[in-house]
Amino acid sequence: MIAAAAQIPVATSASAPRVRAALQDPPLLRAGLIAVALGFLALFLLLPLVAVFTEALSAGLGAYWAAISDPIARAAIELTLVVAGISVPANAVFGIAAAWAITRFDFPGKSILVSLIDLPFAVSPVISGLIFVLLFGAQGVFGPWLLAHDVKIIFAVPGIVLATTFITFPFVARELIPLMEEQGSEEEEAAISLGASGWQMFRRVTLPNIRVGLLYGIVLLNARAMGEFGAVSVVSGHIRGLTNTIPLHVEILYNEYQSAAAFAVATLLALLALVTLVAKRVLEWRIRQESQP
Amino acid sequence: MAGARKKNVLPGFGLTLGFSLLYLSLLVLIPLSALFFRAASLSWADFVAAVASPRALAAYELSFGASLAAALVNAFFGLIVAWVLVRYRFPGRELVDAFVDLPFALPTAVAGITLTTLLAKNGWLGRLLEPLGIQAAYTPLGVAIALTFIGLPFVVRSVQPVLEELEAEAEEAAASLGAGRLSIFRRVLFPAVWPALVTGAALAFARSLGEYGSVVFISGNMPLRTEIVPLLIVTKLEQYDYAGATAVAAVMLVASFAILLGINALQAVGRRRMAGAG
Repeated sequence: MIAAAAQIPVATSASAPRVRAALQDPPLLRAGLIAVALGFLALFLLLPLVAVFTEALSAGLGAYWAAISDPIARAAIELTLVVAGISVPANAVFGIAAAWAITRFDFPGKSILVSLIDLPFAVSPVISGLIFVLLFGAQGVFGPWLLAHDVKIIFAVPGIVLATTFITFPFVARELIPLMEEQGSEEEEAAISLGASGWQMFRRVTLPNIRVGLLYGIVLLNARAMGEFGAVSVVSGHIRGLTNTIPLHVEILYNEYQSAAAFAVATLLALLALVTLVAKRVLEWRIRQESQP
Repeated sequence: MAGARKKNVLPGFGLTLGFSLLYLSLLVLIPLSALFFRAASLSWADFVAAVASPRALAAYELSFGASLAAALVNAFFGLIVAWVLVRYRFPGRELVDAFVDLPFALPTAVAGITLTTLLAKNGWLGRLLEPLGIQAAYTPLGVAIALTFIGLPFVVRSVQPVLEELEAEAEEAAASLGAGRLSIFRRVLFPAVWPALVTGAALAFARSLGEYGSVVFISGNMPLRTEIVPLLIVTKLEQYDYAGATAVAAVMLVASFAILLGINALQAVGRRRMAGAG
């Protein structure tokens, strides 16, 4: 289908140049559209990215280093890693389990289940935080019980983990469902009929087949988990050194007019974004390679 | 589904479905329904007072208006970007293509402080706008600019595959029948592309409605003037007005779900068109 685009049928009559002109944009239009597209992207994407690094280094390398090695910044980095370290594996396991059930078996209500998995993407980050406050906050459903048993969820790490896991819930399932649907189950059926156990089949057949797609989902999931701001901001309580993730630490520094320090810490997140973009591209390329027979 | 009978030899149905349903219920369904139960427990008068106060109405207007403006800007430029990336070959095209996803990957708080700094009076862009009498930071214009950044990849990424899959034959047939470039665009390309274009713009719009991190820095957060709905919810929460926050959140959630249902219907139209063309 795509290959056909390259071949323009050359008519034998004198109308060939006219046909070709009708299939191609005039050079001037072509140059103009490229300029508009690149100009728009440069203004909206490149300029902000350059600004992050310029602002971060505006107070010098020493100040940059001081901002990111500050103990409170360190604590924020650690908390972000802990939160991602829980949310990412939890949602990856869910994604694999859901994709297995959905793509390998037929059951009533399957299409409803598929739609429900996407639900968190339709919810504002702020509302994603709010729902956990309504459940576990002081005025919440379980609030009095939690208070009586001295368990803190809201304004503490468990709330941050819950909100982050909610926000990033669909990422892996969304990648794996179409992938596993397309791959079909012949190889797995063969493994089972040759006497493999369920676990052996999963490790030797399913996991190698879905490896790249799984990794792709995890890369996107991780970027969102580490960078989430709205949902985490609602449940965190902004306790310095205790419940501040990297994005919240950036906010506090910025609001205290420590602009250079805020951007210095923000470069960590910008670098994460760049690494994510590169990994995403490489994995997309691998997926295309593997799907070609 | 010829394989439906064969599928039964595979193990793990009960385990994986059971786990998926449990995890989905505990993490998503129960917390979300808590919001609706809480909203339903309000008296009608309290509910209306919260969701139809002048402050809430101003917030809806700004959120919907700025999201719509951003979605339209992105529909226009996104279509051009997608066209250029699919149809033209130029050095660095792959790099530019990868870069389009930056707003998906860059945490919103970083986007927020960066755009604010760029557009503030002494910022790189604000300095250029100031002599023209345009103030972007801390105004509705700034909100729309932040939402344009956030929604940028949606239109490009939904139009791109459609342009790639488009059959060359349709264009060739039109050309050999005597159609010019413009009428090919109007009669062949645009009808094929528009469902994806509207879908992309609607996805950007839906995302913008709920967006918080990138907007909260640039908006200035003045009630009645530059306060978006998500910020209104946060403000109510910070004042321990849980009932008010819940009521406004329920309204927003219903609006988001309605938009998403519309998008699903549009995507079905798009799929039918592509299937019909192939």
